[in-house]
Amino acid sequence: MLKIFYFAGLRERLGQGSEELELPAGVGDVAALRDLLAARGGAWESLATLQNLRYAVNQQMARPDSPLRAGDEVAFFPPVTGG
Amino acid sequence: MRIRVQEADFDVGSELAALRRGNPQIGALASFVGLVRDTNDGAGVCEMTLEHYPGMTEQALAEIVAEARRRWAIIDALVIHRVGRLMPSDQIVLVAVAGAHRGEAFAACEFIMDYLKTRAPFWKREVTPAGARWVDARDADDQAAERWREPGAD
Repeated sequence: MLKIFYFAGLRERLGQGSEELELPAGVGDVAALRDLLAARGGAWESLATLQNLRYAVNQQMARPDSPLRAGDEVAFFPPVTGG
Repeated sequence: MRIRVQEADFDVGSELAALRRGNPQIGALASFVGLVRDTNDGAGVCEMTLEHYPGMTEQALAEIVAEARRRWAIIDALVIHRVGRLMPSDQIVLVAVAGAHRGEAFAACEFIMDYLKTRAPFWKREVTPAGARWVDARDADDQAAERWREPGAD
């Protein structure tokens, strides 16, 4: 099972802040998960089209080619704007 | 190391006093306070909400402070970042660094702030007369963080 989080403007656009998903066969990294979610269509396409989308795996900043395993916590979000 | 993410306001004077209490090795205390401005990108700002990623936020801040301690001979550091609903002039963030001398304290304080801006998972949503909007990340913040990149780092 994957725990997935969405934050800020992306969370609003998708209408949800988190979900749980069985790690689908053939999804081995962050980019593959992003593409799978974007294929849901509608607002989800923004995962594929958003400029500068950021990723975290297990609460560490990650990259599209960061590997995923069952049990991982993945997050998608826009560039951070704190401080 | 002291990291706090909280909705409540903070008192700078008492936080700085606590940071240096009981340590006569400290000869320099540098601090930065970030505040909510009433204008941004040409629009008035009536209020702001700060969202974050609980768990990752504290971890990211701790890693930034640990990196500062690795680079400079500082004695202690404090980061307090507020979340939730804030109004213009409210305090958002306090970074304070204690060291033996001012050079390390100033540099580490600026470094922590520049890295916080680009690496800690906080997001600002501001309310303007035209409606609410998520604040866009600024190139200037990336450039400020880039200054601290060490040769050979990825």
